[in-house]
Amino acid sequence: MSQDMIDALVFLAWLVGAAAFVLGLHQMNSPATARRGNQLSAAGMTLAVIATFLWLLSRPGGLSVTAIAIIVGGFVIGGGLGLWMARRVAMTAMPQLVSLFNAVGGGAAALVAIDDYVHIVGTPELVVATAIFVVLGAVIGSVTFSGSLIASGKLQGLVPGQPITFPGSRLVTALTALAAAAGLVVLVLPAGGLLALTPEIQLAVLGLIVVAALIFGITLVLPIGGADMPVVISLLNSFTGTAAAMAGFVVGNPVLIIAGALVGASGAILTKLMADAMNRSILNIMVGGFGTGDSGGPAGPGGAGGDVRAIGIDDAAIQLAYAQKVIIVPGYGLAVAQAQHACRELADLLEARGVEVSYAIHPVAGRMPGHMNVLLAEANVPYPQLKEMDEVNPEFDRTDVALVVGANDVTNPAARSNPQSPIYGMPILDVDHARSIIVIKRSMRPGYAGIDNELYMDSKTGMLFADAREGLRQLVAAVKLV
Amino acid sequence: MTPDDLLNAIAIFVLAILVGFEVISKVPATLHTPLMSGANSIHGIVMVGAMLIAAAADNPFSYGLAFIAMVFGAANVVGGYVVTDRMLQMFRKREPKP
Repeated sequence: MSQDMIDALVFLAWLVGAAAFVLGLHQMNSPATARRGNQLSAAGMTLAVIATFLWLLSRPGGLSVTAIAIIVGGFVIGGGLGLWMARRVAMTAMPQLVSLFNAVGGGAAALVAIDDYVHIVGTPELVVATAIFVVLGAVIGSVTFSGSLIASGKLQGLVPGQPITFPGSRLVTALTALAAAAGLVVLVLPAGGLLALTPEIQLAVLGLIVVAALIFGITLVLPIGGADMPVVISLLNSFTGTAAAMAGFVVGNPVLIIAGALVGASGAILTKLMADAMNRSILNIMVGGFGTGDSGGPAGPGGAGGDVRAIGIDDAAIQLAYAQKVIIVPGYGLAVAQAQHACRELADLLEARGVEVSYAIHPVAGRMPGHMNVLLAEANVPYPQLKEMDEVNPEFDRTDVALVVGANDVTNPAARSNPQSPIYGMPILDVDHARSIIVIKRSMRPGYAGIDNELYMDSKTGMLFADAREGLRQLVAAVKLV
Repeated sequence: MTPDDLLNAIAIFVLAILVGFEVISKVPATLHTPLMSGANSIHGIVMVGAMLIAAAADNPFSYGLAFIAMVFGAANVVGGYVVTDRMLQMFRKREPKP
């Protein structure tokens, strides 16, 4: 086979891979085809990677032993680590793992751009366009690398979830952004023949740009509260796609450009959808400072300082057992306590007694949109019982008992009634419309947004102070005796 | 990169962005997390870029960068697809209870 023909076949394989990404993403729009879509996308990736490897081997001169060792060794080590982490991660810790994978993806894009620059700096191959793409790839990739690591650390609890600001932090953010922009100009000039700089100086400037971008990523995410991390991760995910596309321009590879642009654009749309679900603008989120708890105005009537009513296991069990309709409102507390199985057991038991049971899923319950559905599906909760917010909210009016397990901010009526509240305007579950409410919660500690929940002071609400799993288990035992 | 190559690449880039905007316009919130994770795996394609720079590398520094890029890219690809599949596995249809 002639080299031209091999080149053409490899190009076609890349194209098929890119098409598989598009079709795969499209199939992920619906629960019925989502898994197949992801597998199609993975197949496209496998094809693109294998074709690239064979192409590199087939070219005149082929691959050096060192290059083969780097490619195969790097794949085995990186792929092995990725596989191991993806297999063992608890479903509750998934969001931070996605963020971690996003970080290394951004890091890889930055390194590809930088390494290509190392290779061509000082040669005629370095033209203005390439210099621009190198700097963009290195900057965007570095920002997502450090930013995603911080986001992951915040969700994992390694970095405090509260917004972190220090005197001058905004200034540092602005200065690093300026430094990167100035660096771009400095590197474009010699590529255009307008300024004579030695390759060493150009590399040093690129190094400074990368450092500035890494700092920028950190100071960008630190002031943002943990509750907003899903949107931040999604935004950084979109950035990484863009960085991959920039790396594609640098190395002149169409599949990188297509896949990167695809993720950059679809990630941006997804970020918008997530922000909409929380009724916040992306800009508002990126400015940060949300969730400090000190911006919350005075609570409404019957608000903070009101009395809470504690309720015992037996009382709660009787209320549930003799209800006609129960809606369970699961939140992150349920996920953390791994209580989804106990929760399902209780639901089964109630159903066996003829109680109508469903689950109300807030779009951002858990730590990421859709997170709670995944967790409950893991516990074999039948899909039709999971109801989304718009569908379930009218049902609370004819619900006897709403059982809130580890959910907090998404049930806070202040979002409807108190314009001073930092969560005002966020769509919530109308739990307070139920005839009675049982809240399983370990303590009166505020939720992620750091504010008090008026629901707990409602006279219809009974607080069952317990760990979600332990509380549910005791409820199961108590309902059996009723 | 010749000016023609550059223009072609930019055309591909712009069209792919438009496809990206269209391809996920109406997704139920339930699928937001798996979708984000699935898109996250796709940008692992940057591993192909890492392979290309590994092939072009000719000094220890370049080799080092290429190796780290390979490790990062491979972790992104393999981990991303596996964790997305784990999430989506849970959406399979179940027999209704008797």
